[in-house]
Amino acid sequence: MKELAVHCRIYIFELFTGCDNVIEMHDIWKTYADGTNALNGVSVKIDRNEFVYLVGPSGAGKSTFMKLIYREEVPTKGEIFVNGFNIGKLKQRKIPYVRRNIGVVFQDFRLLPKLTVYENVAFAMEAIEAPRKIIKKRTLDVLDLVGLKHKHKNYPSQLSGGEQQRVSIARAIVNNPAVIVADEPTGNLDPETSIEIMHLLEEINFRGTTIVMATHNKEIVNSMRKRVIAIEGGNIVRDVLRGEYGYEI
Amino acid sequence: MKFSTLTRHMREGFKSIWRNGWMSFASITSIFISLLILGVFILLAFNMNAVAAQIESQVQIRVYLETDASDEVIADVQRKIGNIEQVSKLTYISKEEGLEILRERMGEENGNWLEGYDSENNPLPVTFTIDVFDPKQVKTVADQINTIAASYETSPISDVKYGQGTVETLFKITNAVRTAGYVIVAVLSITAILLISNTIRMTIVARQREIGIMKMVGATNAFIRWPFFIEGALIGVITSTVTTALVLFGYDRVIKAFQYDLSFMMFQLQPVKEVMPLTSLMMILLGSFIGIWGSVVSVRKYLKV
Repeated sequence: MKELAVHCRIYIFELFTGCDNVIEMHDIWKTYADGTNALNGVSVKIDRNEFVYLVGPSGAGKSTFMKLIYREEVPTKGEIFVNGFNIGKLKQRKIPYVRRNIGVVFQDFRLLPKLTVYENVAFAMEAIEAPRKIIKKRTLDVLDLVGLKHKHKNYPSQLSGGEQQRVSIARAIVNNPAVIVADEPTGNLDPETSIEIMHLLEEINFRGTTIVMATHNKEIVNSMRKRVIAIEGGNIVRDVLRGEYGYEI
Repeated sequence: MKFSTLTRHMREGFKSIWRNGWMSFASITSIFISLLILGVFILLAFNMNAVAAQIESQVQIRVYLETDASDEVIADVQRKIGNIEQVSKLTYISKEEGLEILRERMGEENGNWLEGYDSENNPLPVTFTIDVFDPKQVKTVADQINTIAASYETSPISDVKYGQGTVETLFKITNAVRTAGYVIVAVLSITAILLISNTIRMTIVARQREIGIMKMVGATNAFIRWPFFIEGALIGVITSTVTTALVLFGYDRVIKAFQYDLSFMMFQLQPVKEVMPLTSLMMILLGSFIGIWGSVVSVRKYLKV
């Protein structure tokens, strides 16, 4: 029922707005409690099925940008819509339902060390109270997609960095989210493994999931040629389709 | 909540006790130790209370009548005393019975002191022994009896005794013992709660990451809280049941080992059957409450974003 409700809202949202944007930010300002201005009036629209790189120097506001999308932070000013929900105005108890439409991938994987690979992924489906049979099938399917079905009984500590990141990606996509937010997913990985991870993300994007990825990896951005949004000092300074990294490292 | 979700919570609750081995061990140990001490004190309080009640119940009023009081007057006094509300039992002891009792008390050896006294020249007065419903009311009742005595032209009562002075001290002591018992049990309960909530808080801090990830993937707060709730309840119920059983078993052993030694001191330990229901109820309720409350409170603290 909740799923249906979400889909209805998206449909109604699209019907009224006549657009197909998964993420919409209108004049977003974010000032932290310590007085740091992280974002200064950012407006952006990201379409369904887009692949967006978020680039810029450290401390430019990339992380804040992403945290706003998965409602870890709320904007000080401005409106932000994710999948049709005005998530700045969301009631506390509705947050979980919005997060189910967003998969998050971190640089440090954030897997639960005491759970097996299978359990780490199934956990995300249990959390949304999916039926057990479906959990089992879907979890194994997703692990197959990321190429780790044969290791589903292993613990995270028994896997390489690249493999752990695959598990965390599997966990992010297992609930079929509309958006995947990835904060430097290749930051801890060697170049070769990074490319494998990027191919995986590309594959997921190809299957219909919007991906927003913050990165410092010039090679990846330049070789994949997707939309690039550059943030500096809390403002969007560049937004190019098929763009390049544009910074010297 | 779906049934499958509920079974999932149960499963997770059980599992996490094993997974968090050391933390669970710490919680179990602290609940165990607190309840153990508490249990011992509950039993002590029970026995102190019983001893106090036993001593108090022995408080009686003795009314000595004048030896020359006539039978009609005695009957009249007896009726009037019997009418006092607080009086639960009034025993009439005739002069002959009094002599008999005195002889028995003095025993074989000293009995010859009383030789030669019989119904003809009995020096003893008629006495009443009076039990009251509430031992603390003896003074009031004694005063009432004195008032009755004063209503006659010549008082038919020579003396009213209830252990003046001694009784007041006795009640002070028994009251102090009772209060001390309640205070100790209350203080220990609070200490137990604090100790355990602290242990559970440590468990939660250790699992903050887990909670964070659960929230990240869209778990509702209720969903996150349930397994912790079940885990806390399980730890509380199981530990308190085991502790209660141990305490009562130990108590049974103590009774068997010491009851003969103690009975010489007019002191009787309460039998296990007598103390078991209330002791187990108190300990298991408290243990379960501590387990559940501890986990609920600590989780709530970390669920706020």
